[in-house]
Amino acid sequence: MLKIKNLHAKVGDNEILKGLNLEVGPGEVHAIMGPNGSGKSTLASVLAGRESYEVTEGEVELDGVNLLDLDATERAREGVFLAFQYPIEIPGVSNLNFMKAAINGKRTHLGLEPIKPKDFLTKVKECSSLVELDGRLRDRSVNEGFSGGEKKRNEIFQMAMLDPKLAILDETDSGLDIDALRVVSKGVNKMRSKDRSFIVITHYQRLLEHIVPDFVHVLSEGKIVKSGGKELALELEEKGYDWLK
Amino acid sequence: MSQTEEEKLIGEVTAKSYEFGFTTDIDSDTIPPGLNEGVIRTISAKKNEPEWLLKWRLEAFRLWSEMEEPEWAHVNYPKLDLQSISYYSAPKQKKEIASLDEVDPELLKTMEKLGISIEEQKRLSGVAVDFVMDSVSVATSFKEKLGELGVIFCSLGEAIQEHPELVRKYMGTVVPQRDNYYAALNSAVFTDGSFCYIPKGVRCPMELSTYFRINQAGTGQFERTLLIADEGSYVSYLEGCTAPQRDENQLHAAVVEIVSMDEAEVKYSTVQNWYPGDANGLGGVFNFVTKRGLCHRAAKISWTQVETGSAVTWKYPSCILKGDDSIGEFFSVAVTNNMQQADTGTKMIHIGKRTRSTIISKGISSGHSQNSYRGLVQIHPGAENARNFSVCDSLLMTDTCGAHTFPYIEVKNPTAQIEHEATTSKIGEDQIFYCQQRGIEEEEAIGLIVKGYAKDVLNKLPMEFAVEAQKLLTISLEGSVG
Repeated sequence: MLKIKNLHAKVGDNEILKGLNLEVGPGEVHAIMGPNGSGKSTLASVLAGRESYEVTEGEVELDGVNLLDLDATERAREGVFLAFQYPIEIPGVSNLNFMKAAINGKRTHLGLEPIKPKDFLTKVKECSSLVELDGRLRDRSVNEGFSGGEKKRNEIFQMAMLDPKLAILDETDSGLDIDALRVVSKGVNKMRSKDRSFIVITHYQRLLEHIVPDFVHVLSEGKIVKSGGKELALELEEKGYDWLK
Repeated sequence: MSQTEEEKLIGEVTAKSYEFGFTTDIDSDTIPPGLNEGVIRTISAKKNEPEWLLKWRLEAFRLWSEMEEPEWAHVNYPKLDLQSISYYSAPKQKKEIASLDEVDPELLKTMEKLGISIEEQKRLSGVAVDFVMDSVSVATSFKEKLGELGVIFCSLGEAIQEHPELVRKYMGTVVPQRDNYYAALNSAVFTDGSFCYIPKGVRCPMELSTYFRINQAGTGQFERTLLIADEGSYVSYLEGCTAPQRDENQLHAAVVEIVSMDEAEVKYSTVQNWYPGDANGLGGVFNFVTKRGLCHRAAKISWTQVETGSAVTWKYPSCILKGDDSIGEFFSVAVTNNMQQADTGTKMIHIGKRTRSTIISKGISSGHSQNSYRGLVQIHPGAENARNFSVCDSLLMTDTCGAHTFPYIEVKNPTAQIEHEATTSKIGEDQIFYCQQRGIEEEEAIGLIVKGYAKDVLNKLPMEFAVEAQKLLTISLEGSVG
């Protein structure tokens, strides 16, 4: 599935990822934890192909496809999805038109016809019920005027709509109250399948009580310094990160 | 996005040539270049005009001769040599047209390329097209249906022959000959344009539309439109322009006058896509237009414009809110790219009591262009409880373009309420990345974001125009972000 080898990346002159290795098998959920500034969000951006991050060394393969050769759009179409820590507002563009453009972009890439309106609406209904996103939010402009929780729910709704192979959740729990956290986690759990892998980036054990990972990794200064099972998260919660340095 | 990527993309835009740049080879009847009294007499004679109109033109010419070209706009261009322009060019097609078979096939081809073949338009129920190629109207449709309601929709030249009393009564009442340099020039030499009269209480059942197209090399365009909505009537009028590619600058100095009588409503929508010149600012149309409407009691005029073309634009569709309770609206999207310059906005002159106006202006600048909003809200002493609400937003696509806002507010009545909001933003790299991450290509992402930004204005366009306008926005900005 996903293979990351010796990944180095920088922003400007600042090297942030310094030889990161990670393998994520099909259907697995990997949590990435670590202190502030350890490179967690950078990893998410680099995997998604954000241009301001420059990869200087290493390899990233998804199902045999070299992701580093592809731009952000192509990676998305190959099945990489990033749930943003801070979802972006696009005034005047309705959520549904946005999703239609995204789905049809992918379909064109796969040599398929644009999605039929009826199929699209069926899909919208299914996916919005997954995260209890009501019609009012669906019809509004992308993330415009959404509360923090609504934005995160919208991210998971979009994830469900786009049916990715690899979903990266970047601090999806930040800014969520307990109820919203439960709704979002439930949505994610329903999407777990043997064909879909998850990388869950978080600061807190709290999210991992709801989305139970198969593996937990600790990222520190641009490298994975410790890996373990879900119990590692509990240990971190208790001891903090300092003992790993 | 990296610097080189930016340059590459900007390069791609500049490489994108004008999609509607083609020329129709039609035998034209053109008089030699130059402007003097004799030329004006020739135009008037060729058009077989009544004596009063010739006098009116000559008066305009006299006024114009004493005027100076205005220089206050935030635009920069070489001075025009108005003596090098030919002031009359008409396709040689004198006889009446009974059916499409009689129309010059070259002309039909042009219309087809523009996507507005009359055949297609005829099928599109509800749109009557008065197609102006150069200066003389060549095809008018739906006339009969409109005739039954007493609606007059024809070329101005025809109106001068058939309805001289209406033309004489209203022409120059909203934009007088002496109004400004270009309006005076237009008054002296206008060759044709459109005329529309909606009788009392009639709600015009279809969108009236006129397509203009500059066709003759080196021919100035001096259209004049006169639109009269009588008491309690309603009309929605569409005006769209595309022009063929030219190396030399072409002057377009049009005048549009609207009279909206008591309780009448006029919606005037424009999609303007004159040739903007090439990437280096060579060629392109100079669009110096005077558009103004006069509102009587409880009347309403809405101007909606999507401006993507022209090398230099100088245009302020305005409303004189003379009657009590009258309403003026201005909704505008102005796109400038490459070396284009636009100085556009509106004037809302509040004279009557409880008059209201709304201004929504959305500027989008790219390349090395300069895009200015210039607006005047004027509340006269008698305009008790007048209200105005203005929003002018600017969206920048590159670091090399300029957006400017010049709002003028003059209030001479303390009961007035004026609100003005303005924002300037740069298209967000975050927004583009967000779209890309969802599998949307950069070009399409920019299109989506820009259309979203301009939505409040695009929504005001009639359906027929909305699609075309969105297409134009996307074409005008392809590859342009930095």
